[in-house]
Amino acid sequence: MRITRRRALLGAAMSITLLATGCGSADDTSGDAPAKTSVSDADIETALQTGGNLTVWAWEPTLKKVVADFQVKYPKVKVNLVSVGSGNDQYTALQNAVKAGTGVPDVAQIEYYALPQFALSKAVTDLNAFGATSLDGTFTPGPWGSVHSGDKIFGLPMDSGPMALFYNKEVFDKYAIQVPTTWAEYAAAAEKLHKANPKAYLTSDSGDAGFTTSMIWQAGGRPYRVDGTNVGINFDDEGTKKWTSLWQGLIDKKLLAPIPGWSDAWYKGLGDGTIASLVIGAWMPPNLESGVKAAAGKWRVAPMPQWAAGEKVTAENGGSSLAVTEASQNKNLAYGFMKYATVGDGAQSRTDQGSFPATTAQLTADAFKNKEFPYLGGQKANEVLSAAATQVASGWSYLPFQVYSNSVYNDSVGKAYTGGSTLHDGLKAWQDASTKYGQEQGFTIR
Amino acid sequence: MVAAPTIRPAARRQPRPAAARIKRTKSWSLTALTTLMLVYTLLPLAWLVISASKTQDGLLSTFGLWFGGDFALADNVGKVFTYQDGIYLRWLGNTVFYVVIGAGGATLLAALAGYGLAKFAFRGRKAVFALILGAVAVPPTALAVPTFLLFAKMGITDTVWAVIIPSLMIPFSLYLMWVFATDAVPDEILESARVDGAGEFRIFFSLAVPLLSPGLVTALLFNVVVTWNNLFLPLIMLKDRNLYPITMGIYTWNQQSQTVGGDVVFNLVITGSLLAIIPLIAAFLLLQRYWQSGLAVGSVKQ
Repeated sequence: MRITRRRALLGAAMSITLLATGCGSADDTSGDAPAKTSVSDADIETALQTGGNLTVWAWEPTLKKVVADFQVKYPKVKVNLVSVGSGNDQYTALQNAVKAGTGVPDVAQIEYYALPQFALSKAVTDLNAFGATSLDGTFTPGPWGSVHSGDKIFGLPMDSGPMALFYNKEVFDKYAIQVPTTWAEYAAAAEKLHKANPKAYLTSDSGDAGFTTSMIWQAGGRPYRVDGTNVGINFDDEGTKKWTSLWQGLIDKKLLAPIPGWSDAWYKGLGDGTIASLVIGAWMPPNLESGVKAAAGKWRVAPMPQWAAGEKVTAENGGSSLAVTEASQNKNLAYGFMKYATVGDGAQSRTDQGSFPATTAQLTADAFKNKEFPYLGGQKANEVLSAAATQVASGWSYLPFQVYSNSVYNDSVGKAYTGGSTLHDGLKAWQDASTKYGQEQGFTIR
Repeated sequence: MVAAPTIRPAARRQPRPAAARIKRTKSWSLTALTTLMLVYTLLPLAWLVISASKTQDGLLSTFGLWFGGDFALADNVGKVFTYQDGIYLRWLGNTVFYVVIGAGGATLLAALAGYGLAKFAFRGRKAVFALILGAVAVPPTALAVPTFLLFAKMGITDTVWAVIIPSLMIPFSLYLMWVFATDAVPDEILESARVDGAGEFRIFFSLAVPLLSPGLVTALLFNVVVTWNNLFLPLIMLKDRNLYPITMGIYTWNQQSQTVGGDVVFNLVITGSLLAIIPLIAAFLLLQRYWQSGLAVGSVKQ
């Protein structure tokens, strides 16, 4: 898979092929200026009423109901919802299909970190042509910023992951640990817990690119500067150093459980108290409910720890968008579906099914904020989480080849977690690997 | 497993006391080593069987190498067959289909080609030999993406053909059949059959196939295992869940645990895996005597 990912990126040859096949209504996406609105809402409504077939590649489970509802509302539209795998599996499939020039879906789910890569390789369409700018203010700033690339808009946010501190209250109470509000308190809590119970850890981390970039994002680091094909990568800024010095301290004192996220050991640790907290995206509650049944009623949510007492800054962790592919033969219909799923009735339906919304309307609704989570001991967790959504620091961008970069994260930074290197050196090595790759792909790296 | 049958007949021919003495002097270190290997080999299997008896919760809260909590094997098996509208059974059926057509076809093709190459002298035979040896060395994984692009042009990705056509070509089993046919089918028999006026196809099916059968079974077993376990090719080719082989299906169940809002079903992943290897084990047990006699061929001078 890695081979494909490496090869299937942009490169002049591929862009030319895509332009030559020239299947697109938004013709001026090839230039630098964003596409002018050429499709009106009426056109989209017409497309929805006229009907047709749509293929949607997405793994997000709540979309099933959205598709069913959508087809009831627009009976002439037939939506073929296919899960071709989650995350990387789907990106590989999408890149292969784009490369082959056949079998490309109309709409694809793409995580925020991966979207710039598909945008720059012109696999997905600039939604300015459909008047997507009119959706300004519909979404929270974090995800809305994440679907932008310059003035262009390449996707509609489907969900979001403002970060918060999820913690096991039973463990915290047992060892008299205060819920940390700053990272200094967090480090102290990590030490206190592990001292009280050598089997227990405040959290686990064995090297996770998404987590690292989110943490640097919150700390104010902006390692990636992206302007079209001009890319800056620098892990030497102050924000990054803030995070590395904190996290290096935890690694050195062996205060992080060496358990990879999402493994069975991780779920086990979350259930039996050996991993006592997680700093993670707001989409986490359904995953706890499904995967960590043993700890029902024990977990709570608190705001993400801050770098200085009294601050209120968070970052996004995960989350994905829906995008219209450049190869789609029915872009108006595709956009109509996407709008339904992300801002129309679908937004509420998905929120009701437990997805964490990216739309301000859903986030600020009283019913949403007042929802009690039995799993979280009846806590109105969304009060914390929707506040976090408004506190996402701005100005973050991912690399236009972040999928590749993340795939080699463990080769470089991973060593820091086993004591073979330091986070600082690891990040430097990661930077070099990303730079080298970017140059090979024809980017200008500063 | 491989060494046993070739040693045993030879050992039996030796005077018994001598054999016993030789055995005894070597036995301790050898026994310890083989025991170690046996444990090493069986441990994952034991883990699989034990884990399949646990609930999702039990799996995460009890010691991995012993039974704990509720014995939920029957419950898990039931769930495997009913989860997501019973799609597991469909996946299992798909795998059987891919194996019968793919591995069966590959064996037939390998037998025909191997026999042909062994028994007919023609120009360029050395080149074919080199080509096949080269093909053995190319990992299928490296060919998957080019194959995908090729099939996409032909419009057969996401169909059963995308899985079956590549699995019809297994260069290693062609190589195996070729080497086997060289020794197992004496040229004299073929010549006398030709003198008696039999056609080449009749000679192949009536005379060569029975002689080739141990090698055929070996190649078949090999092909069955390769096709049964195939994950990467379907991963690239197939989008439609209803066409997935069992490996892909279980893989997607496992991936759910890494998806936002996904259903975590490690217990079904494990039980599903256990059920998926049972047909393979059965195939080995049923076919192994043919396989063993096949391996011994050529080891004794006639």
